[in-house]
Amino acid sequence: MKLLKIADVEKCVGCGLCMYACSRKNVKDLHIGIGHSGIRAVSLSGFERGATVIFCHACKEPPCAEVCPTNALKPRKGGGVIFSEKLCLGCGNCISACKIGAIFEREDGKIAVCIHCGYCVDFCPHGVLKVVEV
Amino acid sequence: MIDSILSINLTDYSYEVESREDLIERWIGGIGLATQLFKERMKDLKADPLSEKNVIVFAIGPFTPAYPYASKTVSVFKSPLTNEFGESHGGGRTAMAIASAGYSAIVIEGVSDKPVYVVIDGEKVYFKDGRSLKGIRDSLILARILAEIEKGRGIRSIIRAGYAGERLVRFACITTETYRHFGRLGLGAVFGSKNLLALVVMGKKSYKTDNPRLYREVYKEIYRLGVESDAMRKYHLIGTAENVLPLNEMRALPVKNLTEFQTECEDISGETLAETRLGRRIACSHCPTACIHIATLREEYEEEKYFYKTLMIGYDYELIYALGSMIGVTEKDSLLRLIHKVESYGLDAISTGVCLAWATEAFKRGIIDVDETLTPLDFGDWRAYMEAIDNLVFQPNEFYRSLAKGVRFASQKYGGQEFALAIAGNEIPGYNTGFSVYFGLLIGMRHSHLDNAGYSLDQKHPDLKPENAVERLVREEMWRQVLSSLVVCFFSRNIYTPQLVSKAFNALAIEMSEDELIKKGEEIYMEKLKLKKEMGYKPSVGDIPERILNISTPAGKLNEKRFETALEYYMQEYWERF
Repeated sequence: MKLLKIADVEKCVGCGLCMYACSRKNVKDLHIGIGHSGIRAVSLSGFERGATVIFCHACKEPPCAEVCPTNALKPRKGGGVIFSEKLCLGCGNCISACKIGAIFEREDGKIAVCIHCGYCVDFCPHGVLKVVEV
Repeated sequence: MIDSILSINLTDYSYEVESREDLIERWIGGIGLATQLFKERMKDLKADPLSEKNVIVFAIGPFTPAYPYASKTVSVFKSPLTNEFGESHGGGRTAMAIASAGYSAIVIEGVSDKPVYVVIDGEKVYFKDGRSLKGIRDSLILARILAEIEKGRGIRSIIRAGYAGERLVRFACITTETYRHFGRLGLGAVFGSKNLLALVVMGKKSYKTDNPRLYREVYKEIYRLGVESDAMRKYHLIGTAENVLPLNEMRALPVKNLTEFQTECEDISGETLAETRLGRRIACSHCPTACIHIATLREEYEEEKYFYKTLMIGYDYELIYALGSMIGVTEKDSLLRLIHKVESYGLDAISTGVCLAWATEAFKRGIIDVDETLTPLDFGDWRAYMEAIDNLVFQPNEFYRSLAKGVRFASQKYGGQEFALAIAGNEIPGYNTGFSVYFGLLIGMRHSHLDNAGYSLDQKHPDLKPENAVERLVREEMWRQVLSSLVVCFFSRNIYTPQLVSKAFNALAIEMSEDELIKKGEEIYMEKLKLKKEMGYKPSVGDIPERILNISTPAGKLNEKRFETALEYYMQEYWERF
C-alpha cells in the first residue's frame, strides 16, 4: 500500500504543481485548476518565510472518518482514509476534525482529501514529496 | 474556457459579471482581451490617468490554469508615467487566483470616496474599509495584515499598491504576493488615485476538457521540457542575474547614468550573490523553474550588539543594474539595502534607479544643488540614495515632487534632458547592447525591453540594416502578443513554440492552427498600435535622449541617422498603415 510522505519540506518553493497534479489525477474525472486538490501549497506568513505543503498525513485512527455521518470517509488500511465522493454531504465535520487542516472544501461543498495515490510526486520538481510502500 | 468578466465599480461599490465569449474567441485572452476591454470601458482616452476615468483591466488566458508557466497576469491601464497605453505583467499567484475565482478578466473602474480594499471570493465581491490600513509604509506589512484578516490561505493572491502608490509616485508598482510585481508604468499610482489599497482574490473553480488524455500528455510534455531540457536552464540556475558579468565583459552594462559601460561588478554579480547571499528560492504558481531568487541580508541593530534582523530580499538582473551599476553601487549589501527599500515602498526599481542616476549627474554638473536634492548625491553613495528614495516617496520639496513624475518630467523642468535616460517617457532597462535594444524601446508598445527583446537581437545580429532590425523587432513583438494572450511567462518562450501552442489548445478541445495564432498576434499588435495612436502617442527620434543616439555599444557606435532611417521605415510600414 502506498503512502504519500514528505521527503524534505524545507525544499518547497510554493509552485503548487502538486495541487494542479492532484486535480488532474483521475483521467475519468479530470479537473483543470486547483479546486479539487487534496494537497495545498502555502506560504509561511508571506513568501519571505518560505513555503510548505499541507496534506493528509495518514493517521492510524483518522478522526475525520469518525465524525463522518455517511461513511464517505472510512479508515484506510495502513493509515489515512478512503473517500467515497458520492456519499459526501458536504457537512464539513471532517474539516473541523482534522487538526492539520488537510481536508479542503471544494466549490460544490464536498471535500477534497489526499488518497495517497502518489500522482503528484512525479510533478514535484524539487524533491519535497515521496511515495513509500507500507 | 473561462469567459466571465468581473467588473467592479469603486464609485458606487457595485459589481457585475458578464460572459464575453465573443471577445475571448476573437482575441484569445490576456493582452488580446484586456486591450478590447480597456477600449470599451475607457470612455475618454485623453483623460488624466490619475482621475476616476482611468480603467484598470487584469486578464488571464486560456492556458491559465491548464499548463505550467501560464503563471502571469496582464494588466492594462492608462499610464500616469507616460500618459499613454500602460501594460504591465505580473506573476505570483494572481493568475491562479483569478482563474479559481472564475474570471478571465477583472475590470476596475471609478474611484472610492474612502480608502478600501476589495475581496473577490468567487462570485462574491466585498468592499472593505481600508481606512486603518492607509499610510502603512511597508508593502510587506500591509500584505501580512491582509493575510491574517482575510481567508484563502494557499489559494489566494494579495495584489496591493505600496506607500509609493498611495503617494502617487508615477512609477509606483503593484506587488503581488511577495517579490512579484506589475512593475512598470505606474499601476501603483493608479491604485492610489482610486483609493484602492489592495485586491484579495480567491476561489475554488476548476475546469474540464473533452480531451483529458491528450491534455495529460501535452501537460507532461511541457513539464518535461521545463525541467529536463535546457529551455529554462538560465532561470533555473543563477537566474536573470546571470547577465551581469557577460554584459559587463562586452561593455554593455550601463554604469553611472550610462557614462561608462564597465565596472567592478564581481561583488554584485549573479554568481557572487548566489554563492554568498542566496537564501531561498520560490516560484510563481504553476512554475516548476522557481526563478525567484531571494537573498538573505543579516544586519546587526545599529545601537545594540548581538541583535540581528534578517531580511529576505528578492533580486533580479534589472534591479542589480538599476540600483547597482547605474548608480555606481557595486557592493552587494549596499545594493540589497536599496532593493529592500524600493520593494518595501512599492516603487518600480528600474525607474527609481534611472531617476537617481539622472539626479546624481545633474547634481554633479551643477544643474541642481543641495537645495533640490536635500542630500549631496554621488555615484556609489548608497546612504545618500536611501535618503533620496525616502524623499521620492514623501516628496518634501518641488524637486522630488517633479522627480516622482519620472525622469522625463523632472529633466524638462530642471534641464539635463540629454542625459535623462527614458525613452518615450519610460526609464530604460539595463542593456547597452546596440541599436536594436534602443530602437525596440522606442517602438515597443510599452517601451519595455520585454516587448521585443532588442537586446537579444543586438547580440545575435549586431550588424542588421535598420529596416531589417525593424522587421525582426516587430515580428517578435507580434508573436509576443500571442504569448501574453495565453498568458505564459516570457521566460518559457522557447517551450511555447507555435506548434506546441496549437497542440496545447487542441488538448483543451479548442481548434487553433499555427497560422491562425500568428495572424491573431498581428491583429492584437495592430489593435494596440491603433489605441496608442488614439491616446495621442507618435514615435519620434526626439523621444530618445541625445546620450543614447550617439552611444558606443558592443555593436558599434550608434548615430542619429540610423534611428531616423529605421523610424521612417517603421512609420511607413506599420504606424501609418493602420
